[in-house]
Amino acid sequence: MVYSKTVPWLLVMPTLIFLAVFIGYPLYSAFALAFSGDTSAFETFKELFHSAMFWRALKYTLLLAVVIIPIQLTLAIALALLVNSKFKGYTFLLYIISIPLALSDVTAGLMSYTIFAPMGYLNKVLLNFGWIEHPIYFFGFMYHTREFWVIVLTEIWRATPLVFVIILAGLQSINKEYLEAADIFGFTRAQKLFKIILPLLKPSIMSALLMRTLFAFQIFGVVWMLAGRDIPVLAGETYYQYVQLNNPKMASAYGVIIAVITLVISIVYNFTLRAKHLEGGR
Amino acid sequence: MIKKILFWFVVIMVAVWFLTPVVMIVIAAFTPANEYYNPHKIFPSHLTFDHIYKLLFVLGGWKATLTSIEVALTAIALSFLIGLPAGYAMTRYFFPGKNILRIGILMTRSIPLIVIAVPLIVIYMQIGLADTVMGVALAHTAMILPFVVLITSSIFSGVSVEYEEAGMVFGLSRFQSFIRITLPLALPGLAASAIFSFIMSWNEVFVASILTLTNRTLPAHILNTAMTSPDYFKFAAGTIMAIPAMIFIFFTRRYLITMWGISLK
Repeated sequence: MVYSKTVPWLLVMPTLIFLAVFIGYPLYSAFALAFSGDTSAFETFKELFHSAMFWRALKYTLLLAVVIIPIQLTLAIALALLVNSKFKGYTFLLYIISIPLALSDVTAGLMSYTIFAPMGYLNKVLLNFGWIEHPIYFFGFMYHTREFWVIVLTEIWRATPLVFVIILAGLQSINKEYLEAADIFGFTRAQKLFKIILPLLKPSIMSALLMRTLFAFQIFGVVWMLAGRDIPVLAGETYYQYVQLNNPKMASAYGVIIAVITLVISIVYNFTLRAKHLEGGR
Repeated sequence: MIKKILFWFVVIMVAVWFLTPVVMIVIAAFTPANEYYNPHKIFPSHLTFDHIYKLLFVLGGWKATLTSIEVALTAIALSFLIGLPAGYAMTRYFFPGKNILRIGILMTRSIPLIVIAVPLIVIYMQIGLADTVMGVALAHTAMILPFVVLITSSIFSGVSVEYEEAGMVFGLSRFQSFIRITLPLALPGLAASAIFSFIMSWNEVFVASILTLTNRTLPAHILNTAMTSPDYFKFAAGTIMAIPAMIFIFFTRRYLITMWGISLK
């Protein structure tokens, strides 16, 4: 590496300027828009906090996160252990698991719709086996509990691979010698998992959790495709406020809420992560 | 023996779980409408290109696909043009403020695009970028750029400095030596990250649908028309969006874990 004070900054400058103009300034404008009222700066937020839809959106966003994330994490760890056992043909399974990584949330929503639509494959199969007389309806406001669970299932299908990839990378970086030592001491499989692998995976698990929690507050495509506003979520309301109601102030207020939640979560996670690292160092 | 059977059963179930929705949507996209609405027919008796054809050439899907490609290519070109020098600087130079810079770039990744979409369209309306391909491409560049800086810096650090220095010993300038030695060696990795960037842009829906009205990218177009179209068009749309992404992922599968590792940091 070469030491230089000016050259690297010149090379980095275009990136910094671009990010300042296209992320920094709009971020500032989001706050400026949300806090611009005719009578008081908090006008928009007053309205927001008084609307039932905001609280429903917040409730459903949190509910989806709380239901989905633990399932995803458990599945991802199990899948990573499976793939990391390096059986014959594991690369093929690795490719299959990573397919959802390439797909957008809109596509994932549509795929799930293929199965759960009134004339979808689930209903067709059940009808043909004579297990049901009429198609089961999964969509529509009347059935919004079912919609909720279809969204949960779709998100588990779509985003578990994201968690899986991080956990797998963590697993691969574990020093084999620890496990060999454990074998010598006669550890059982369960002991190896709970006493060695999981503790060493902690940093990967934490960063996967952070990433998933942040993304959970941006959940949009799957919900919008499958349930529209039957299951309101924060990002969906942002979209609705701007596109349907043409209300950029309210849309920005929703955006600011998402940004603040994101910030708080990152800080909390960073804090706990740091603390854990320090403990490990002692 | 039983253990072995059980193991392979689990492996096959995992593969089936991840593959089924993909296979089903492709079959559904090619199923004739009357057979799709016939509850007693699970698999179609023959396949049809009707839905895909209509979606592309009657319902504006082709134009949206072209817009998507244009947006993605512009965003890739811009982000590599801007990000490559930064990536190089991050790995080859040691300079004051480097760590803060790295953390700063990482942090921009955790700012949700959803937050900046609405103010961006307000700004765009003032400067005439609203509803343009360029406008979306610039927003996508902002999304891809931090990733490009981090990934190129990791790719360049994989190319030994010594090759570059050897070139300089033989009289090349640092720039020449970068163009003629480092860049060709880094090319496969760079190509993979370009493909990865393409998919990020191809899949992005929220910003694209806020920023445009008539020049919509494919996912934005589908998001705004799917609700009101018959089921088989939804399946055709899903298939058209899924296939390029899956092909690209297939070609870059060797780099997949590393790249997601970096993009998710």
